[in-house]
Amino acid sequence: MQDKKAHKFGMVIDLDKCTGCGSCTVSCMAENNIPFKEDESDKKDSITWMRVYKLTNGKSFPDTQTAYLPRPCQHCGGKGDHGHSPCVSVCPATATDYGYDTGIVSQIYTRCFGCRYCMVSCPYHARYFNWWDPVWPEGMEKYLSPNVSPRMRGVVEKCSFCYHRYQLAREQAYYNETDEIPEDAYQTACTTACPAGAIIFGDLNNPSHRVHQIVKPDPHPDPLNHDVVGKSRNPKVFRLLERLGTNPKVYYMSEKEWIRKVGDSYLDGEWDKMKNHHGSASHD
Amino acid sequence: MKVDRRSFLGLGLGAVAGIAISPVGAKLTDDSSIWTQNWPWTPVPPDGKITYGQSVCTLCPGTCGINVRKIDGRPVKIEGQDTYPVNNGGACLHGIAGLQYLYDPCRVKTPLKKNNGRFEPISWEEAITLVAGRLGKIRENQRPDSLACITDTNLGSVPGLFSHFMTAFGSPNHFTMQTLESWLTQTAQTLHGSGHTLGFDLDNADFILSFGAGIIEGWGSPVACFKANSGRMQRGAKFYQIEPRLSNTAATADKWIPIHPGTEADLAMAMCGILLQENLFDPEFAAGFRGGLNRFNAMVQQKYPVDQVAAITGISAADIKKTAIAFAKAKMPVAVPGKGRGDGAQSLKEFAAIHTLNCLTGNINKKGGTFVKPVPGYLAFPDPVQDAVARDGAAQEKLAGSAQELVTKIHQSDAPVVDTLFVYSANPCYSLNDPMQTRAAFEKIPFVVNFTSFMDETALASDVILPISTFLERFEDVPSKAGFAGLVVGLAQPVVDPVFDTRSPGDALIHLAKTLGGTMGDSFDWPDYKTCLKSLVPGIWNDLSKSGYAVVSQGPPAGRVRTDFAFLAENPSTIQPQGDADLTLVPIDDMRVASTAPASSPFAIKTVSDRVIKNRDMFVEINPKTANGLKDGGFVTVTTPAGSAKVRLNFNEGIMPGVIGMVKGLGHTFDNRYVAGKGVNVHELISPVIEPGSGLDAAFGVKASISKA
Repeated sequence: MQDKKAHKFGMVIDLDKCTGCGSCTVSCMAENNIPFKEDESDKKDSITWMRVYKLTNGKSFPDTQTAYLPRPCQHCGGKGDHGHSPCVSVCPATATDYGYDTGIVSQIYTRCFGCRYCMVSCPYHARYFNWWDPVWPEGMEKYLSPNVSPRMRGVVEKCSFCYHRYQLAREQAYYNETDEIPEDAYQTACTTACPAGAIIFGDLNNPSHRVHQIVKPDPHPDPLNHDVVGKSRNPKVFRLLERLGTNPKVYYMSEKEWIRKVGDSYLDGEWDKMKNHHGSASHD
Repeated sequence: MKVDRRSFLGLGLGAVAGIAISPVGAKLTDDSSIWTQNWPWTPVPPDGKITYGQSVCTLCPGTCGINVRKIDGRPVKIEGQDTYPVNNGGACLHGIAGLQYLYDPCRVKTPLKKNNGRFEPISWEEAITLVAGRLGKIRENQRPDSLACITDTNLGSVPGLFSHFMTAFGSPNHFTMQTLESWLTQTAQTLHGSGHTLGFDLDNADFILSFGAGIIEGWGSPVACFKANSGRMQRGAKFYQIEPRLSNTAATADKWIPIHPGTEADLAMAMCGILLQENLFDPEFAAGFRGGLNRFNAMVQQKYPVDQVAAITGISAADIKKTAIAFAKAKMPVAVPGKGRGDGAQSLKEFAAIHTLNCLTGNINKKGGTFVKPVPGYLAFPDPVQDAVARDGAAQEKLAGSAQELVTKIHQSDAPVVDTLFVYSANPCYSLNDPMQTRAAFEKIPFVVNFTSFMDETALASDVILPISTFLERFEDVPSKAGFAGLVVGLAQPVVDPVFDTRSPGDALIHLAKTLGGTMGDSFDWPDYKTCLKSLVPGIWNDLSKSGYAVVSQGPPAGRVRTDFAFLAENPSTIQPQGDADLTLVPIDDMRVASTAPASSPFAIKTVSDRVIKNRDMFVEINPKTANGLKDGGFVTVTTPAGSAKVRLNFNEGIMPGVIGMVKGLGHTFDNRYVAGKGVNVHELISPVIEPGSGLDAAFGVKASISKA
């Protein structure tokens, strides 16, 4: 069903390098014309396509540890990676759709009528609803970018993996009379902004791209759960709520076990069984 | 007509079929979606040709190269410049949000004059004439030293021009805000003689012992430090963080060593003692020691025995020893001073003690070490022309050792200390400890002239405001600053024409000097700032104008370094926090909040955690053990000798029991609903404590108590 040459754009975020500085969030907001309100402290209605969560190991002083987890849209491939992402499956307006050529989950604002089914179905809280029309202070709308349309009240929005940057890179490739989009020609705004170099973006299907080399995605479905495809063969790499079979294209990496464990909810003793199946141990 | 069962069903089915086939339903749905989706008020950004402009960000001392994407000349996005030798791609959130400063609701759009407490717009000509008139009178009265000036730093040609102006005018009273740079320069001056500053080669060191330096909290050049932090993970270099709170830096470190706040100097002294006792210092480097290494050794052994310091710092004696020995045995160890961003109040003793560890290991002016380097000297200022009045004035003694001391003096004195004050690119009425006192001191200054882009707290306390172009609208040389190993000078260039009636600060000063005339005019014999800049940097102008930057020095500085222990051998006393309550309140540096001028952008404030600010309420971090039955999220009153504030509690297992932390940079009171009016300014709760000898504010924290509100 899928084109062999299709891209599968994805991301690896190194949580050990991530400093929680918020540059990715701001770069995303500046790139994608995301507005701001007088009070943004109610994080449920604060639109941040790229949101940085603080993690803690839950231990008390002085054994406590913290880390940060940046969360863009996970661009799920859905069960078996067939393109039935949780949000795409429920959208009555086809305002959100799965791009089989890129693996990117799109969002068409003018088609959305604001039912918010997708927000309910998204296990990652990656979608945001515009409760109000965007308003910029006088004169500030001059910095808005023409590449992304400003949204209006009543529609849902989310991270697009800076799809407009893909379009520009693709146009450039046509112009250069090639099919190849070089790795550095298409990079998301969060990736280029990250001062710690914690975010790596590229084509998971392309073995020459860094994301592929780090993730080493398993071409076979997980023997324990056939819904899960593209599991990382790198024992340090995991995905959020991987067992749901949503097949996100955003991978996380950490040397620290407690961080990898935060990526899902485990019953007592379950983690110790799971972690042995997590990565190379189960495939060697 | 009789409606029988057959015709009823027929009609019904016909109606259903008719509605289904009719286009009316589809048309109505279509129309309603078109009508409900007409949003003429949503802006449609005009498309156009894409171009890029390159410049250097001056929002903080980080000096990152930036690349500005423009559509038909209209800047739409700031990103890091890949080839700039400080940040090498990447940018911090404040720089990326830089365009918001251009259109900030608080921008000063035209020169302003205060009249009965209200600002009135005036023309540039009027403003300059007004200031020149005042300055002329000062010189007529032969009191040129009653002009004082506060700038953010003393590096670069613009602060240089202010200094040039002050000397030509005849006043020694040019002060800078306390920055990491000023601390490092003062430390180097104390230990290695004047004209030096310190740099740290974090990119190559193999053991970084940080005494609370927020390597990823905005210390030094933030992006360069973020990269160094990622690099050291890949290299496998060790990183130990010593501080009372599990900051982001501590969380990514290999080891976090919690310490009682304010006892870092004692710890460093004890570690020096261990190095000397165990013979773990570099004998070759020690040959360059002056001022009594033996005396110093005897003093630390006597005054800082490990057991005693263990009790003071809360770190076990075994840990202190282990850490000191691991540090001394590393090949390329670096001890880094400067808590948080390094610009807060702290003591010279602490800086000197920590840097002494570097001196003892001998890892100075080597790859992966600490660089004792000359202060940037790439600017070739001509000697200012002085008349007799100026010469007399300039020979007067400087009023104070720091801006903080000056403000305290003005506040305490009954007689006028300063007649006119210039402020450039600084917000002392917000960012000095006890801003209430600072504002009261400003009231006492008859005439305050503020060169600023934003209507901040200090601008509101000024009499004349000269609106300055932002870094995106003007030329300026931007030298890399504090802690950065080499020296890179960048050229900030206008990427957009000034949005409002603003000028470059250099042009404003040249205009002012020419209006004053006489020797002032002679001292500022440049037609405009750009020509002036070109003449000041003859050696590097070609590089600056061609590539946007010049690498002035790179790698370890050459030459032997002398080290003078006289200052520490006297065992200066450790500054104690004021007050006698049980808890210690310390300010927290949060990368997402700008703590000096300019204030944070709306985007930056948007990223701030709801455990720092919720609605308008500020949180303080507290260890649950210290909370004594108070609830997480509950309202309390924090009381210190300087004041009190109503805040909420944020339970954090990552802060030492007995310590409470409050994020710096919030609680602004100017008129910007996106940024100001949120939370509390932590400086309101801390009074300055001037360290004897250095004249600098050393109030790193304050004793505090909390009670249910």
